[in-house]
Amino acid sequence: MNVTSQSFVKFEKIDKSYDGEVLVVKNLNLDIAKGEFVTMLGPSGSGKTTTLMMLAGFETPTNGEIFLDTKPISKIPPYEREIGMVFQNYALFPHMTVEENLSFPLEVRKISKPETKEKVQKALDMVELGNFGTRFPAQLSGGQQQRVALARALVFEPRLVLMDEPLGALDKNLREQMQYEIKHIHDRIGITVVYVTHDQSEALTMSNRIAVFNDGVVQQLSTPDILYEKPENSFVAKFIGENNTLNGMVTDINGETCTVELDNGFGKVKALKINVNEKGDKTQLSIRPERVTIDSTNPEANNFEGKILELIYLGDHIRARLNVCGNDEFIVKVPNEGSFNHKEGDLLNLSWNPNDVRALDI
Amino acid sequence: MEDCISTSALLTTDGVPLKQSLKKAERKNKLRAFLLVFPLLLFIIVTFVMPIGDMLFRSVDDSQINGVFSNTFNEYKKWDKEKDVLPPDEVYKALFEELAYGEKIQIGRALTRMNYSKSGWKSLIKTTSREIKKAVKKDELPKNYKEFLISANDKWADPTFWYAMGQMVNNTTPIYYWNALDRTYDQDQNVVMQDEKRRIYIKTWIKTLKISVYVTIFCLILGFPVAHLLANLPLRYSNLLMIFVLLPFWTSLLVRTTAWIVMLQQNGVINGILVWLGILSDDGRLQLVYNETGTLIAMTQILLPFMILPLYSVMRVIPKSHMRAAQNLGAKPATAFWRVYLPQTIPGMSAGGLLVFVLAIGYFITPELVGGKDGKLIGHWIAYHLKTTLNWGLCAALGAILLGVMLIFYWLYNKIVGIDNIKLG
Repeated sequence: MNVTSQSFVKFEKIDKSYDGEVLVVKNLNLDIAKGEFVTMLGPSGSGKTTTLMMLAGFETPTNGEIFLDTKPISKIPPYEREIGMVFQNYALFPHMTVEENLSFPLEVRKISKPETKEKVQKALDMVELGNFGTRFPAQLSGGQQQRVALARALVFEPRLVLMDEPLGALDKNLREQMQYEIKHIHDRIGITVVYVTHDQSEALTMSNRIAVFNDGVVQQLSTPDILYEKPENSFVAKFIGENNTLNGMVTDINGETCTVELDNGFGKVKALKINVNEKGDKTQLSIRPERVTIDSTNPEANNFEGKILELIYLGDHIRARLNVCGNDEFIVKVPNEGSFNHKEGDLLNLSWNPNDVRALDI
Repeated sequence: MEDCISTSALLTTDGVPLKQSLKKAERKNKLRAFLLVFPLLLFIIVTFVMPIGDMLFRSVDDSQINGVFSNTFNEYKKWDKEKDVLPPDEVYKALFEELAYGEKIQIGRALTRMNYSKSGWKSLIKTTSREIKKAVKKDELPKNYKEFLISANDKWADPTFWYAMGQMVNNTTPIYYWNALDRTYDQDQNVVMQDEKRRIYIKTWIKTLKISVYVTIFCLILGFPVAHLLANLPLRYSNLLMIFVLLPFWTSLLVRTTAWIVMLQQNGVINGILVWLGILSDDGRLQLVYNETGTLIAMTQILLPFMILPLYSVMRVIPKSHMRAAQNLGAKPATAFWRVYLPQTIPGMSAGGLLVFVLAIGYFITPELVGGKDGKLIGHWIAYHLKTTLNWGLCAALGAILLGVMLIFYWLYNKIVGIDNIKLG
């Protein structure tokens, strides 16, 4: 399929600098298809919010162009872009009731009163706040305010909805509940959503695709499962999910796999060749904690010993912190099958499949 | 449970009634709290409640003269004006005695008060007193007091003087309030307007209100953008701007006012520049000071910080995302400002407006110095009567009206905007 003809939002060679010295966003190229839920995930200062603000029209790209529905939008002011947005602190107007907040975008579009009323009620029903129309934002709980903000961003039927860490101010339970709600609303009305967050579990829960930002650059753009299982560089491997690392040097490359000699002579590891080029390259190996098996040996390779430093009982699994090949922070998740009877200080036999080890950049 | 609360008193674990125990436990705290606020309470009573109470009392007080002429006034009240043209003999007798044996200083004070009601009293009493003193000295008490007084001064046969006395026979009088509103009594003791040329207060009241309203409006127009800048500029610029706003606070009021005279006078800086630029001809210099214009300009500048600071404190907490959100929802920047930003600044506008208005309405030094003849406000007349004519009753009445006007505006404000909406920071 041809991506360019499919893309609804297209960032093309976007650079952004505030002071002419530092680039906050570097050569951003991003395509978002219609109806897609794309999350920009990254630590603070990684350029994700700046990217969102450029899309909304509150910041101008220093270089490059953003296309919406194949039309360049850099010259269109924010109020003509027809893009809905949920702000970090909701930005509900405190002097207007919930109804007035929702009818504001319709009023400025000169939509007739009865139609406005109908649309507002529909939007409120959608977020299950049908009876809250006459209240003021200050009389609502955080979660309710969040829903009003969502309804307001959707009520004028925008082409695209942007969300800037909309759940950041909610407590954990409510946040999880709202994640599902937003996801369901997205599924139901099929609108394109660009979502910004620094919370990886939020991104994994909700998105069709995730763009991992770091240092102004998209590190990887993929579906949640690929991001987790096949990170392309060590930043993504570390940022998404839990990750064990071992440092070493490539000694042999054999097609898709390679052999890595661990630093300080701890032995050799067979791994997938992902982000290394030739023999002698320094590399960081990435192994997910749940892909490490204990008390069993792998006939091919990758058998090591680890000393248990700490055991944490978590019900469904036991989390063991080990010292493996000089790494004190090596985590193994042992499923709680009732047969694990090691204590802290014991030595464990560990092994892992070469296909679960990824040789990444350092 | 409800039964327990409503019918029998709750007891503590030790069996003491709960209320009593609570009272005992809280007594010390209550006492301490009271002792902490007591100095403040005392301060407010001494510096605020008492002076205002005294002012309100003085504005209607007429007890001094009633002390001097108590017998005369008592007899006077018995006079049936329908039946007799002049008061009965007893009134003349009482007046004679009280003038003959009264304390001189007290009589002098009373005379001043009598002149407020009708001019001519002072000379009338003075000439009469002289005759009375002579007669008393010679020990020749008159047989007919009425005839004696009329022969001493024939104005005692003029009923208008006697009618005017009717204004003074009670311990309280509204005359100061009538005077403060350019009104007086006519011969038949009806309240009427003063002579055309003696009407000064209503004109001044209107001017005071007008200038106060103008100053408030100008402060709002000038202060709003400044407050907006203060709230939205990056910190290092806004700090500098804040110093400019506060600088006038650290400069003496007198210095600032005189600086305005230097700026605005006919040979001053502004006229000089306009002439130099060729906008004005040399003999067409503007009269910018010693009139209402001068008062307006100087007062606006001096009161401006009182508008800017409350506005700033309100604007500072309006999230910037609100304007963005409004635009994102499709409102043009002007609409977004009008519908989203401006309504949120109302608490600041009203706090600043009320503050500036209340300060302006009682302003004294600045209008006094730059106001010239027609730029003076009501404060000028209060000071004038306080220091020059010593008519403290009128002073107090003017002050009480000023207080009343402020309370009316406060009430209106509360009706329209709501006092809960005020926000000073």
